[in-house]
Amino acid sequence: MSIFVDENTKVIVQGLTGSQGRFHGLRNRDYGTKVVAGTSPTKAGTDVDGVPVYANVKEAVAATGATASFVVVPPPGACAAILEAAEAGIEFIVCITEGIPAQDEALTYARLVHEFPGTRLLGPNCPGIISPGKCNIGITSGDIALAGGPVGIVSRSGTLTYQALYELSSQGIGQTTCVGIGGDPVPGTNFIDCLAAFEADPETKAIMMIGEIGGSEEERAAAFIADHVTKPVVSYVAGVTAPPGRKMGHAGAIISGSQGTAQAKMDALAAAGVTIALNPTEAGNAMIEIVKAMGL
Amino acid sequence: MDLFEYQGKQYFARFDIPVSKGGVADTDDEAVAQAEAAGYPVVVKAQVKVGGRGKAGGVKLAENADEVRFHAGNILGLDIKGHIVRRLWIENSSDIAKEYYASFTLDRPNKVHLGMLSKEGGVEIEEVAVTNPDAIARISIDPTVGLDLQTATDWVERADLDLEARDQAAALLVKLYRCYTEGDCDLAEINPLILTTDGRVHALDAKVTLDDNASFRHPEWEAFAWGETEDPREQMAKERGLNYIGLDGTVGIIANGAGLAMSTLDVVNQVGGTAANFLDIGGGANADVMAAALEVINTDPKVKAIFVNIFGGITKVDDVANGVLEALKRVEISSPIVLRLDGTNAAEGRAILQPHLSDRLIAEPTMLDAARRAVTLAGN
Repeated sequence: MSIFVDENTKVIVQGLTGSQGRFHGLRNRDYGTKVVAGTSPTKAGTDVDGVPVYANVKEAVAATGATASFVVVPPPGACAAILEAAEAGIEFIVCITEGIPAQDEALTYARLVHEFPGTRLLGPNCPGIISPGKCNIGITSGDIALAGGPVGIVSRSGTLTYQALYELSSQGIGQTTCVGIGGDPVPGTNFIDCLAAFEADPETKAIMMIGEIGGSEEERAAAFIADHVTKPVVSYVAGVTAPPGRKMGHAGAIISGSQGTAQAKMDALAAAGVTIALNPTEAGNAMIEIVKAMGL
Repeated sequence: MDLFEYQGKQYFARFDIPVSKGGVADTDDEAVAQAEAAGYPVVVKAQVKVGGRGKAGGVKLAENADEVRFHAGNILGLDIKGHIVRRLWIENSSDIAKEYYASFTLDRPNKVHLGMLSKEGGVEIEEVAVTNPDAIARISIDPTVGLDLQTATDWVERADLDLEARDQAAALLVKLYRCYTEGDCDLAEINPLILTTDGRVHALDAKVTLDDNASFRHPEWEAFAWGETEDPREQMAKERGLNYIGLDGTVGIIANGAGLAMSTLDVVNQVGGTAANFLDIGGGANADVMAAALEVINTDPKVKAIFVNIFGGITKVDDVANGVLEALKRVEISSPIVLRLDGTNAAEGRAILQPHLSDRLIAEPTMLDAARRAVTLAGN
């Protein structure tokens, strides 16, 4: 099984007629994802390589029965696009947009919680989600993922998500689902959401969690793992050598004082029984050993 | 972007938050002119983005023009924890009766806004949080609800501010919340927020961090560009649109994606090397971006080897390979380059580079191998 999406998930691409939306939307379709529609306020009635374009999400949902949406819209309009999808009844929204103001993210997240509790947002500023062989929504290259499980991956960083997939796939270890939650300050889906879903998924036998400096999500995840996760977890936290007080690319990746350091996060995870690796290769090797020891 | 105190006060003033009368000065003559305008006595304050200015001799009281000139002369050029003072803020001195603390920031775990208010201001709030946590009155604010005057009034009472300060403080907090939200701040902090002996409440200091992602809707932020970075390497990178942070080591780093760039630093460190920088070229690694990245790193005399670590996603490895070759035609690079290329179109990318490989341009199959090679070449 996979988490959040599967081979039947029907996806709308918001922003399909833009260059990014077209490239990634069609790439996702080529992977086998059911990309059933796109939206554009000005190009309704046209199509993008055979994918019909509707004026808004509501019309696209009515016509196709889609339950997921892929938001590829620039920062000034991204939050409105997310809320439009939620209002149209979309249950799972993936937003890859980088550069959304934190105030907008906080407001949008609060509105989702109050008005659309049944909707899950993944991102913003994330690579998306891939369930190998079934569904790929986002910008991850499908050929670095390997179907069949048994590992679930959750990561805050885009390129490290690819690195993690590569480390496992290149040694023949497949994945159930790989979720990139993104590095922004207000992620719609966090580590705990994914850990809980992987714990509940019978096909996921082990979990790889890639964190990074900043915030306290890894510490909270550690507490959750200690209490609720029975499956083995391997973790790597990027940014051991990061200087304090500097924003390392991701808006969320900043160490304030002694809080948010990679060391503090690794200590918390180790205390929860997680296997700690010091780089992505080590994490991959540790996971491979665990999987082999399980006889998988 | 962190603001200087004077910029923070200018930003506060836009939201009608009371601050002391004052102005900026880059010379002792300008300092005297600002002091005359603000009215004596004045405080001469060093403008640096680092704490502990007072202890370092960067904040002085002056009663007259001679004293202003004397202090301004001493403070300009002063080195405060590695930050050279190039600008002063001169403001009318306040008679302080009480010092409080107020701030708004994002409560990331709970995804709501967090306000903190304390009657124990003027000291590090982290210290108060440890020694006397009950002295900090916190408030969680739902972004869809905001902060109204009644809620602020209750909050001020809960924080046990002095009676005569409460009404003004509540009104000021509502304005500070507006500054934080509408002004797109990551942090809006006043420490100390003071009650003067004649019963006025205002901001004596300002610590403001703006959210760079919101700059598209704040053209007024351009005024804050002065002195944003002291490091000439960072200045050059900024002009070329690169996400660069200067460090002190000998291995120059170029990677795509913030996480991979951080991880590259980690791996270089683990194999015994030191990174000269953090540089994330992001998703679109074309020849221009790669040339600019190599050029910035090339200006750093400490760099002895360059490690290019690419995992193609949106970025295609063949584009990166062409970018590197194109960049080498444009820029004379003084250090050897070690490449690790994986991901989308990796085979094509490696094939493009193959005929050009030498002891100055080296390809390694994995991130760890490449880090070891770069560190060896850097002589660590």
